[in-house]
Amino acid sequence: MSATFLGIPPFPEAAHTAVEDSQLRHNLRKATHTIRDKRGQVVDELGDDWSALRSEGAAIKEHTLRHLDHYLEQVEDSVQRAGGTVHWASDAAEANEIVTRLVHETGQSDVVKVKSMATQEIELNQALERAGITAYETDLAELIVQLGDDLPSHILVPAIHLGRAQIREIFLQQMAEWGVPAPPGLTDDPRALAEAARVHLRERFLSTRTAISGANFVVADSGTLVVLESEGNGRMCLTLPETLISVVGIEKIVPTFDDLEVFMQLLPRSSTGERMNPYTSMWTGITPGDGPQEFHLVLLDNGRTDVLGDTVGRQALRCIRCSACLNACPVYERAGGHAYGSVYPGPIGAILTPQLQGMSSEVDKALPYASSLCGACYEVCPVAIDIPEVLVHLREQVAEGPGHTGEKAMMAGAEAALSSPATLDAAQRAASLARGAVPQHLPGLAGNWTDTRSVPEIPEESFRRWWKKRGGERS
Amino acid sequence: MTTARERVLGRVRAALQDVPADEPAERSLQRTYADSHGMGPTLEVLVDRLDDYKALVRRVRPEELAGQVAAALERRGAQRVVVPSGAPDGWFAETGVERVPDSREDPLPLEALDGVDGAVTGCAVAVAESGTIVLDGEPDQGRRATTLVPDYHLCVVRAEQVVDAVPEAVRMLEPTRPLTWISGPSATSDIELDRVEGVHGPRTLEVLVVAADG
Repeated sequence: MSATFLGIPPFPEAAHTAVEDSQLRHNLRKATHTIRDKRGQVVDELGDDWSALRSEGAAIKEHTLRHLDHYLEQVEDSVQRAGGTVHWASDAAEANEIVTRLVHETGQSDVVKVKSMATQEIELNQALERAGITAYETDLAELIVQLGDDLPSHILVPAIHLGRAQIREIFLQQMAEWGVPAPPGLTDDPRALAEAARVHLRERFLSTRTAISGANFVVADSGTLVVLESEGNGRMCLTLPETLISVVGIEKIVPTFDDLEVFMQLLPRSSTGERMNPYTSMWTGITPGDGPQEFHLVLLDNGRTDVLGDTVGRQALRCIRCSACLNACPVYERAGGHAYGSVYPGPIGAILTPQLQGMSSEVDKALPYASSLCGACYEVCPVAIDIPEVLVHLREQVAEGPGHTGEKAMMAGAEAALSSPATLDAAQRAASLARGAVPQHLPGLAGNWTDTRSVPEIPEESFRRWWKKRGGERS
Repeated sequence: MTTARERVLGRVRAALQDVPADEPAERSLQRTYADSHGMGPTLEVLVDRLDDYKALVRRVRPEELAGQVAAALERRGAQRVVVPSGAPDGWFAETGVERVPDSREDPLPLEALDGVDGAVTGCAVAVAESGTIVLDGEPDQGRRATTLVPDYHLCVVRAEQVVDAVPEAVRMLEPTRPLTWISGPSATSDIELDRVEGVHGPRTLEVLVVAADG
């Protein structure tokens, strides 16, 4: 597997290409609308209680983040007491090194994987491959992406950009190279495709001795890890192998087991639009005679503490990766996930990626602008992340950085003009006098604006002058 | 040399300068939300939800249970089923199907588990509103692998184990046990977000809900 987000152009350029792909737009529209409707039904079913659950979910996460050092130490203690081993990784390289070493220690060269955003973020599969270890993705959509040497384009449904016919082609052409081939008469019926995946992975599950997962939640007081899934591939990986390695971002902690009563309602309804996902596994360290007898938890920072340090941006760390914001977003629906150039696409990606990576590249700097600020993402967020607020906050940071001389000059001009009534009056008079000379298409930077809009007509006199002429009467 | 642990904790503390030192680190749930949502009679709601997930579900009276277990296994065409060591013998009083025992102490090898026609277990708690059955590894529910590898899972749920909603269930569970929440047969929505039942976990989930009034 060699696919990487590296080299994808900044959002405006990547989105421009994406919106011209009619198959992609068809796939995305169908999928996002289907799931949006399903979510709406199961959320409405809870009536007013949804907003109470949402507030509590947001409060739990916010509180945990404000005391993250306390909870990290508590997690370490609880997991170790339950028979697990805890490792700390300050960045992707450290995490990859730890996991590679742990896999080497098992003596295995194959691992099965449960879908995990954290391991995608650190590009663990590529690191393992360099160390001679093959990581087999087992979630159906991740399998499709891996077989197709493609990139994920959605947090929950990484192959959302592909239609059934494209998936059939990938299975027919690639399955044999990775293991059990696709049946020769394979159709594009989703049932047949799911069955092909079952057969392809069955032996792999029964024979592989090491598994790698992420986690949706880590419970501090009990040391319990939680994975929500649908297909049973998660249960296979979490139950059958001898060794389990879980790589988890430090923001995934919740303080108490009871907190799950909130998140087990919020997450499935927001995510797949179901009252409950088919399977959830909760495990605490080691259980003698049941499941893996060796368990490692890798706690991953990789930029999260930078996000934590920004009091506005911090709320992005509440995210429980449900992907409701992607499905609700008019920009995501048209541009698709790849255009965001990161494993975290959509509105949450637009605030998370630049913060995690420190706005160092053109891709990162473009992301806070990949939004119309319509606010649909905030409406559906189960932990009430005010994504538009963070987007605007990040735009400020981009604007304060180097470059943007044109905008800065215009803003400085506006600031001067607006700084006193006299200068504003002078500027408005000058504009009125020049009204006949303003072209319909502005030159330079402003031309980007007039490409798609008409220049507003400048009135003969300003409102302030007209008001003054009327005697400036007060009501 | 600082360890990664010290580095991460140090960065976390540096990032949280704005948090007042006397702000308590412990927090209890405010619970402004409802314990349940009044969606109807508990058992009816459970049956409705399981049916929605395409699980096979039947309500039975206690005296019918053995007969219904036998009938379910016969409909399935099962010859050999894995049964956790703590499952009551009474469930199997009317079936001639071969029972293969399994327990933490004496686990079946994986290949043997892969060779049986199904698993029959009890449960720890069931949630009506979400159509969820939770297994906690007690002797009547067995190791996690027993309800995962076989393609058919028959689960006996007693009426008194059913609660209305998720919060009540969470409060009844013991976190240190391995917990599996099951809401219907395995499924995927990964292809065009169309739900398809039956991937890696059991493709058929059958539930017998036992209540005195049937």
